[in-house]
Amino acid sequence: MNKPLRRVGLAMMVMVLLLLANLTYVQVINADTYANDPSNNRGVLEEYGRQRGQIVSASGTILANSVETKDAQHYLRVYKNGPEYAPVTGYYSSQFGATGIERAEDDVLNGSSSKLFVRRLSDLITGRDPRGGNVQLTVDPKAQDAAYAGMTAKSFSGAVVAIKPSTGEILAMVSTPSFDPNPMAAHDNTTQRDTIAKLNDDPNKSALNRATQETLPPGSTFKLVVASAALANGVDDAITKNLPADPTITLPGTSTTLSNFANETCPEATNGQVSVSIAIEYSCNTAFSTLAGKVGKDNLIQQAAKFGIGQTDLTVPLPVATSTVGSIPDEAALFQSGIGQRDVKLTPLQDAMVAATIANGGVRMQPQLVKNILAPDMSSISSFSAQEAPGGPALPKDIADQVKAMMLLSEQHTGGAGKQANIKIASKTGTAEHGTDPKNTPPHAWYVAFAPADNPQIAVCVVVENGGDRGLAATGSSVAAGVGRATINAYLAGGG
Amino acid sequence: MALPPGVLGAATTHMSAPGSSSSPATPTRRGTELALLGFGLGLVVLAFVLISENQSQKLKPEILLYIAGYAVLFGVAHLAVRKFAPYADPLILPCAGLLNGLSIAMLYRLDPALAQLALESGHGYSNAAPKQLLWTALSLVAMVAVLWGVKDHRTLSRYGYTFGLVGLVLLVLPGVLPCSISCVGGAKLWIIIGPVSIQPGEFAKVLIILFVAAFLVSKRDLFTIAGRKVLGLELPRPRDLGPLLIAWAIAILVLMIETELGASLMFFGTVLAMVYLATERSAWVWIGIVLFMGGATLADRMFVHVQQRVANWIDPFADRGDTGYQMVQSLVSLGSGGMAGAGLGAGHPELVPVVSSDFIVTAFGEELGFIGLAAMIVIYMLLALRGLRSGLAVRDTFGKLLAGGLSFLLMWQMFVVIGGVSKLIPETGLTAPFLSAGGSSLLASYVIVALLLRISDAARRPQASRPKPQAPIAEASTVLVERPT
Repeated sequence: MNKPLRRVGLAMMVMVLLLLANLTYVQVINADTYANDPSNNRGVLEEYGRQRGQIVSASGTILANSVETKDAQHYLRVYKNGPEYAPVTGYYSSQFGATGIERAEDDVLNGSSSKLFVRRLSDLITGRDPRGGNVQLTVDPKAQDAAYAGMTAKSFSGAVVAIKPSTGEILAMVSTPSFDPNPMAAHDNTTQRDTIAKLNDDPNKSALNRATQETLPPGSTFKLVVASAALANGVDDAITKNLPADPTITLPGTSTTLSNFANETCPEATNGQVSVSIAIEYSCNTAFSTLAGKVGKDNLIQQAAKFGIGQTDLTVPLPVATSTVGSIPDEAALFQSGIGQRDVKLTPLQDAMVAATIANGGVRMQPQLVKNILAPDMSSISSFSAQEAPGGPALPKDIADQVKAMMLLSEQHTGGAGKQANIKIASKTGTAEHGTDPKNTPPHAWYVAFAPADNPQIAVCVVVENGGDRGLAATGSSVAAGVGRATINAYLAGGG
Repeated sequence: MALPPGVLGAATTHMSAPGSSSSPATPTRRGTELALLGFGLGLVVLAFVLISENQSQKLKPEILLYIAGYAVLFGVAHLAVRKFAPYADPLILPCAGLLNGLSIAMLYRLDPALAQLALESGHGYSNAAPKQLLWTALSLVAMVAVLWGVKDHRTLSRYGYTFGLVGLVLLVLPGVLPCSISCVGGAKLWIIIGPVSIQPGEFAKVLIILFVAAFLVSKRDLFTIAGRKVLGLELPRPRDLGPLLIAWAIAILVLMIETELGASLMFFGTVLAMVYLATERSAWVWIGIVLFMGGATLADRMFVHVQQRVANWIDPFADRGDTGYQMVQSLVSLGSGGMAGAGLGAGHPELVPVVSSDFIVTAFGEELGFIGLAAMIVIYMLLALRGLRSGLAVRDTFGKLLAGGLSFLLMWQMFVVIGGVSKLIPETGLTAPFLSAGGSSLLASYVIVALLLRISDAARRPQASRPKPQAPIAEASTVLVERPT
């Protein structure tokens, strides 16, 4: 009977071979097809079974964290001061994905980033710490609070961005009206669905991060770029009075006129001529249009690019919309572009970067929102290091200082609340017309500034859309300046 | 081959001094068994540690209870084998023990997840791991009881018909009982009385193998008488087909009344293998396969649930939300595990319906990957081949047939289970021996282990201690005696 026993043994081994061959197909060759089956929700469970990391501010206050719950998803994402920080943190929704830092730093927060590997002995055994890493932001709560309070006090729609000029750290990023990200992270799917429907249909676009995603005509704040281009290219100097002080000029090749604010003649004129410095000080449009014409299209575009305008792939690590000076098809367009109108459109972040670059002696620093990547136990893994933006300095130091001096003069003629005798601010306002009927549409009010002027610690850009609470009468100084100064004051008062 | 029982019978009456100085040449190899059990314990400890670390990031003290319980149980089992079957094959118990230990670890790993799912759907859930440990204890008691009670496996052949009758009754019983006490998930395989639920079919298969072995040994001549030759194949005489036809009829009957493919497939396949072992004639296998094909076609035509299983085998994704759901989830789970697996406690096998019993192999596949599952299959093969080897070494026909049948059953069941969950063959709803949660299956599996240990012990036991048979006086040689002077 041994012969058939051996044959049965052989048959048993054949069975084993068949099983192994089939399992090779199922688990190795065809494994991905099965694993990627739409009914496989292991990925989602993985996410929710793990404690997602925290997002904390520069001072360590918790902006977003996951708290343990008793239900199947184990952890609930909670955003303290949700609306204030929503443009930065974004939301984390199981159905609709993530936005903001939640999205940009997802691999750290969910624990899958290779930066988090091999931190502990148990990582070696089990693969990885099942908790996510933490993200510390550069955002300073003092600056953020002041900026958010300033914008919401009068229900302004707009944005505030504050940057530390020497490092590029983003100290504040506010966008109003904002939204509460908490319901987007609700475990209840209906709540998530209702919330996203509301956000999508919202006429105020409260889910839009205006600081990074909205480009608006910068108005007179763009004169800083034009002045820089003129001085850096030797087209003009700061003090020679060679620009028209006329209240109105006619754009070359057209019959269209362009006027100074309130149709005034530019002050301090000699023989009807003013200098670049005076034109900045009093924000004279006719002078700057003419200056833009002298600088020329190519020089202007080049100088703008050195400030970062036109960069298409900027991430901080939130993606930033591309700012532009437009195509400038003719001389008339060049004249209009010289006062930040026509097709010139900047994000508030970009305009803040212009101010920060001038503050930093012409060296543009790469803007960044993430200060530190922390392990689950809050030990630092990789921290932020200041980096110069590519392409070298935007301006030579002496020219940056000349522009700074002009901004100090400008601040003296700028009204609005929040002036403090002990804080020396350099600034430029802007009041940008827009829309199909510009004269009858409330303008966007801008204010870019940095302080203290001698040793700049903070540069801000404030934009209040559509005149804020002043309607057609709004100006950069009357609406935006107060918010900007409040942000600067709060930050510097806290010891910066 | 077929020695008269009396010849070997003498050996068992003299087993009082096993491994004594009478046979120093044959080692008992109990030391090997202990070392292998220790190795298995190491793997089980590792499994518990990984599960605890992966699931709760710390070593839970409760795993010590499981590990200690497991170690004590198999330590005692080892001592019992030392006492009752000292020459038994040293691989059989460690292989079974390792699979059993991994099963307890996996159930321990699944318990929290399944409890959570039960909570969400508003059902109750009682942890399977402690129960499985308890059943392991009972099963090992049963194993030792068989070793103790059955000193010589050949005595079992005397009760062949009794076993056969009881086995048949157990096989058919759930089918004729009212559904209220026999239905679980569409199959009538159970007898549920209060908190105790048993699957009598698990015991029936062992009893029926005992019967078939005894029956075939006694009627062996019948099967070996040649019939006509057709196409080079020697057919048996038509009247000798009787026993096989009866087995086939029972298989179909079971299929009909229990609405269950697995049990009849087990039953028929094993009987077929044993008929082949007894007759050494491949014609029986071909006839059996033809009968099986006929039966299968018939079943596919007649029973909706069989059609469904076949449809789910051909394309489970066609009805993925309903009847194909379980199969799709099993494949997704196996695919998610991939080559190296998610790691014990780090996957989500709980998403596969009935993962703790019929689909526990899928759980291992997901968390240990192809590599781990392949290793487990090889351990399984090792166990079955050692059983088969005992059959080769043992000297009596009944022992050979019994060892062959039991070993084949183990492997065959594993093939049907793993092939079922990995879409090699239609899924049948059988439990994986030693792995699935459930007392009946475990108890029956350890009875098989006990029988294989007993047979292997008989095979390796030294024969030297056996006294020379006393020849009848008439045949005794004449002795030259000194002539008186």
